[in-house]
Amino acid sequence: MSTGTTKLDVVVSDVVPVNELVTRFHFRRRDGELLPTFSGGAHVVVEMRDGDRTRLNPYSLMGSPLDTREYTISVRRDDVGRGGSLFMHRSVKPGLEMVISYPVNLFSLDLRAKKHLMLAGGIGITPFMAQTAQLAGEDGNFELHYTCRTASLGTYADVLRERYDRRIRLYHDDRDERIDLDRLLSTQPLGTHLYVCGPAGMINWVRDRAAALGWPSEAVHFEHFAAPQPGLPFDVTLAVSGKTIRVDEQQSLLEAIEAAGVDPPYLCRGGVCGQCETNVISYDGKFIHNDHWLSEDDHRSGCKIMPCVSRFEGRSLVLER
Amino acid sequence: MAAKSIISRPVYGTLSPQPGKHHLFIADAEGALAISDMAARAPAGFFDGAEIDFIPGPNNEHVAALEALKPARFHLAPSFASLLPRLKQTLGNAHMGLRLYLAGTEGLIGQAMQVALEAGIDHTSVQTEHRGSLARRMQCVHCKGITENVTTQPATCSHCGLLLLVRDHYSRRLAAFQGVCINAEDRSEIPPMEEAFP
Repeated sequence: MSTGTTKLDVVVSDVVPVNELVTRFHFRRRDGELLPTFSGGAHVVVEMRDGDRTRLNPYSLMGSPLDTREYTISVRRDDVGRGGSLFMHRSVKPGLEMVISYPVNLFSLDLRAKKHLMLAGGIGITPFMAQTAQLAGEDGNFELHYTCRTASLGTYADVLRERYDRRIRLYHDDRDERIDLDRLLSTQPLGTHLYVCGPAGMINWVRDRAAALGWPSEAVHFEHFAAPQPGLPFDVTLAVSGKTIRVDEQQSLLEAIEAAGVDPPYLCRGGVCGQCETNVISYDGKFIHNDHWLSEDDHRSGCKIMPCVSRFEGRSLVLER
Repeated sequence: MAAKSIISRPVYGTLSPQPGKHHLFIADAEGALAISDMAARAPAGFFDGAEIDFIPGPNNEHVAALEALKPARFHLAPSFASLLPRLKQTLGNAHMGLRLYLAGTEGLIGQAMQVALEAGIDHTSVQTEHRGSLARRMQCVHCKGITENVTTQPATCSHCGLLLLVRDHYSRRLAAFQGVCINAEDRSEIPPMEEAFP
């Protein structure tokens, strides 16, 4: 059960290949009404019914928040992932009826900022597509630094340059172009807020440098959807519902709990929002924590787990679910 | 140390050295002692990138102690009003990486915080430490006049003369506690005035 959200019945109105890895999907409401309003940085959880298996993956909305006739997401194909992106690329065609969640924003702009400094890496560009559109509509002060592997994989780099010209700076890995991060962070006017979305390594690097250079954490915003990692299968006892379940290699613990007919709360399914936080009653083994929500103390304590992204290896695990 | 009450009542901490390239200290009177105490815990060279703006108390104490910290810049001001233009200019030209430290009376902390908010600094990222007088800066909610250095409960509005209950209800935007008429029903009822904020 997605906390505080209801579902939207949508139809795929368009599927547009953007480059060799990324495809864009457009959704409209089946009843023809406008979709709910959202703010830049919001995501929706897309339900993928793939045979007897249902995957629920979060994707950032990348359209302009000023236009709610349709929602658009961009999906990067991951050939070694758990199959959600491959399903989107192979099986989702215009006219397919799908179910998505209401939009939820865990990466919103702080509109008190004097300036918005955005750092994107790879497919991490998608929330910034919506945020830049929102800010441009309000005459907001922003600057986007976008790192991509090659020009042909610089998803939407051309669109952004055309829309916002010099407010967009591009860095190509294959040309050995690198952000001079310390200089960039040290020359921002007081009151700037920093937003970063991209691979985990990039987010950690930017957060570390910002902290070292005196950026207060209140001004640093980041979003990293950790896709659930596959791992060894393990068994879990759900004490409240009295069930014992097996989590398969390619399944997340949250998905296994849901498949057993138990409905824990969730929002992001990426280890950042905290909704699915679950108490551990007892365990014999070791946790593989992959979330960005629990503190290090929580991780060490063995008392809590985020079932959307974290796993377990060992003899027994009993959860309060 | 102020007692905890309603949520809008500011809570102050203990100054601690933050990572950053520039450090701006604003202090009045005994707030200097908070800076001296923090200096003992600061890494070597910390004050090389620091500015201290200090408003001394009536006896001009603590000036030498602050100078001895050898900040990159040291500025003395006779009052907050006289410091204000400099503070606005400093923050207006500053870059991210500047950290702000406020120490001393609540009036000083509150008014400097007000300028910091306008400059886009989040109030939770500012280091504060209360030292010295508990005197309050108060807004009369009736005439909107500000009375500085209120030490009594109730207190008389220096603008409209109403007798006001000084609430813990605080406005960060105005940098003032709210004063509400204490005898609106019967103005002849005069509760005893106590020295509540020495």
